[in-house]
Amino acid sequence: MPARSDGLPDRELLLPGRRSTRARVAQCAVLLAPIVLTACQPAVLDPQGTVGIAEKTILIDSLAIMLAIVVPTIVATFIFAWWFRASNTRATYLPNWEYSGRIELIVWSIPLLVIMLLGGVAWVGSHELDPAKPLISNTPPLEVQVVALDWKWLFIYPGQRIASVNHLVVPAGTPIHFSLTSASVMNAFFVPRLGSMIYTMNGMTTQLNLRADAPGTFRGLSSHYSGDGFSDMHFEVQAVSAQRFAAWIDATRGMGPSLDAKSYAALARQSVITTPFTFREADPDLFQQIVTQQLPPGPGPQTGRPNPSVSPRTED
Amino acid sequence: MLGKLSWAAIPLDQPIPLFTAALVGVVIVGVLAWVTLKGWLPYLWREWITSVDHKRIGIMYILLAMVMLLRGFADAIMMRSQQALAFRSEGYLPPEHYDQIFSAHGTLMIFFVAMPFVIGLMNFVMPLQLGVRDVAFPTLNSVSFWLTATGALLVNISLVVGEFARTGWLPYPPLSEIAYSPGVGVDYYLWSLQISGVGTLLTGVNFVTTVLKIRATGMTLMRMPMFCWTTLASNLLIVAAFPILTATLAMLLLDRYVGFHFFTNEAGGNVMMFMNLIWAWGHPEVYILILPAFGIFSEVISTFSRKPLFGYRSMVMATMAICVLSFTVWLHHFFTMGAGADVNAIFGIASMIIAVPTGVKVFNWLFTMYGGRVVYSQPILWSIAFMVTFVIGGMTGVLLAVPPVDFVLHNSLFLVAHFHNVIIGGVLFGAFAGYTYWFPKAFGFRLHEGLGKASFWCWIVGFYVAFMPLYVVGLMGMTRRMQHYDVPEWRPWLLIAAGGAAIILVGIILQIAQLAISIRRRKELRDETGDPWNGRSLEWATPSPPPAFNFAVLPNVEGDEAYWGMKQRARQQAMPGEEPPYADIEMPRNSPTGFICAFFATFMGFALIWHIWWIVVLAAVGAFATFVVFAWRDEVEYVIPADVVARIDRANRTARGETLALSGTAP
Repeated sequence: MPARSDGLPDRELLLPGRRSTRARVAQCAVLLAPIVLTACQPAVLDPQGTVGIAEKTILIDSLAIMLAIVVPTIVATFIFAWWFRASNTRATYLPNWEYSGRIELIVWSIPLLVIMLLGGVAWVGSHELDPAKPLISNTPPLEVQVVALDWKWLFIYPGQRIASVNHLVVPAGTPIHFSLTSASVMNAFFVPRLGSMIYTMNGMTTQLNLRADAPGTFRGLSSHYSGDGFSDMHFEVQAVSAQRFAAWIDATRGMGPSLDAKSYAALARQSVITTPFTFREADPDLFQQIVTQQLPPGPGPQTGRPNPSVSPRTED
Repeated sequence: MLGKLSWAAIPLDQPIPLFTAALVGVVIVGVLAWVTLKGWLPYLWREWITSVDHKRIGIMYILLAMVMLLRGFADAIMMRSQQALAFRSEGYLPPEHYDQIFSAHGTLMIFFVAMPFVIGLMNFVMPLQLGVRDVAFPTLNSVSFWLTATGALLVNISLVVGEFARTGWLPYPPLSEIAYSPGVGVDYYLWSLQISGVGTLLTGVNFVTTVLKIRATGMTLMRMPMFCWTTLASNLLIVAAFPILTATLAMLLLDRYVGFHFFTNEAGGNVMMFMNLIWAWGHPEVYILILPAFGIFSEVISTFSRKPLFGYRSMVMATMAICVLSFTVWLHHFFTMGAGADVNAIFGIASMIIAVPTGVKVFNWLFTMYGGRVVYSQPILWSIAFMVTFVIGGMTGVLLAVPPVDFVLHNSLFLVAHFHNVIIGGVLFGAFAGYTYWFPKAFGFRLHEGLGKASFWCWIVGFYVAFMPLYVVGLMGMTRRMQHYDVPEWRPWLLIAAGGAAIILVGIILQIAQLAISIRRRKELRDETGDPWNGRSLEWATPSPPPAFNFAVLPNVEGDEAYWGMKQRARQQAMPGEEPPYADIEMPRNSPTGFICAFFATFMGFALIWHIWWIVVLAAVGAFATFVVFAWRDEVEYVIPADVVARIDRANRTARGETLALSGTAP
């Protein structure tokens, strides 16, 4: 198998993701925050990219709009149920009260108004944050082609003619335009701290635009179940400064195997990759060949108990 | 000779399914031996297995649902414990086993717990509420039940013979195609659902016909109890939606068995078509389940608040609005497919619009309690817990209907928490409310109150402890169906969730204890009156348990709340009224058709899964022959003589007269 990419230029890039998460936990423990939520902010609520920030705002706003009606409803349920208990002699009993036009009007109009408001949020939000919509920026976007394989991620940088597996390095502050497909079954590409996820499907291309606002290391994963190796289908995203990104490209070009039809076919077999690696050279037409199925879809399981036609198993 | 089947298909390397199978085997053999030794087999065959009585069939449906709930819950416990353990480790379930467990959990809980539970309750209650003797097609009803049981049986056989699907509860291609799932698991899934799906569709046809065509004199549509309305809406949805499921699964079967290319990667197949089709069934399915639950809550809240349902017309309108709208929102299950802003926005808004009639329902239940005298018995506890829980689940649902929010929460544990929030908090709590509410009607004695309340508290606390943490890990970016993970922040929440599952387990044990103890103490829990809750609709006019013919003389409905009105009039006259003239009653004869059809269907399904073609042919011929024999039957009905009817009814009238006199001042 190809060697691990050791061409990273500095320590920041070499810092493994696991260590940083551990550090964060330690921080939490020291802070002894009463609510864990405030200490280790959930990824979706602590976005580090333009898209994620806008989505978080919509999430919080929508929630607030609905809570304004949900909380009073819950409180009223408890109050009514308690006050009108059979043993409470002070409560009025209206055994035949079953209709009030005024209440009906209110009862229909409150949810209607809320939904009109939320519907507006949904309409504007869907258009503003459509995954295919390019991000407004002075910097031209970086093109990255993503191929979901069984069970790893292949990132091809067509402009730089390199590729990497389970390791995505991007320049911070630059919009990234992803074109995504799958080599076999469906998956979904998702970096919670950056925002929107999108499906990857064989024979089709989906589009996604994201941006990391500042340097950092983020966790990415497949968010659509894709078989036995699915749980290991996560990757590390490193947003670095433009200079460091250029340095990384140069270092990558100097090492590792090259990605062509043959090495792609080996990669497309079912396997789990725990150590990310890079390709010094990648065929810029490879992505198109996968999408158009000139390169055939990845093979499924080949072994099983007693044979794959009864119960397939993946041999690693 | 036996297709793909051989001894090697038994998973001897996996102790968990083997042990479970051995345990289940011992229980089944034990029960069979006990029943045989006691000499109950002829009784069971005559009175239950071949019964076409809607009440008996309803009870068997609910029994099936409860047994399958245990199996589905065992899966849930395994999933929660696996995720609690599998932090930076493989846990105790390897992926090929874990993936089967979550697939089986979803499949069982939706198709063989929630569906039979609500269909069972509709079966038992709806004809009684309409004031009729049975459903429109009683033998068909029995066929429906036994085909559902066949599906459940096949899913459970997969535990020991071969494997179950590892593709999730909806088998998205291309993963479910032969190239990526060459095993028998997906075939078990497909044939189980094809067979039980036929049963469900027949139920839909049967119930829609019943509600629309046979009701008591004077029972106009706008006088029907709310539960009958929701039954109608739910079954209209079944009739419209289940053929889509059958067709979709048939296409996948054609792909897998004869090399078609509907959803494959190659040769022009398109996975997006599968997703659209499966959710065109799947979203209405959600309302097929929740609408009857809404009906149950309407009945329970009104009865235990001692008031009529507030805003009945509004409720009918809301129900039918949900029925229609549920077909316009399926795309919200895959906003992340990249359909484009307009499509996403339109389906997002359409999904939100469903929240309007649903919100109206919640407010109407609220105002039903207003000015009432709320009596805290088990059914109303489930209903109030539902109102609070469902509002939260509905809110997170609308949140997910906002496309940009869904872009970061789709497929996450936030979504898992949301749909458990509405399915447990809505459908299951509704089923339990209905179970405790109508149990005395079905068996003539109440369920033990103390144990029931203890179980309720375990369920409600357990539910919140198990699922609120999943909202949080969903916001932390944890996706569903992970066999293991290495993010330390997720772990505490998953440990709490596992604790919640354990609390629910206590609730389930208490429910079993409640049933056992209630049966033992049935004499002191006896309901002599037939109307233990001071009910308002016609099922409470019958003795408990109701006789096979339900009503000695078919009721004449003169107002909105049929039985409440009758009681009021009887009280005013201080007597139950003149004794009606009794006549002979013709009832449909019992028939083994359903059971024999299902017997053949089981063999056919099993043989199709394992490619044993000669059994497929034999079983198909057998099932067809059964149908022909039934179609050519000579005696369709039997007669219950007028004097037997009179004797049963007089006892009921006496008991009822005494109750009315006793409770004359406390309506």
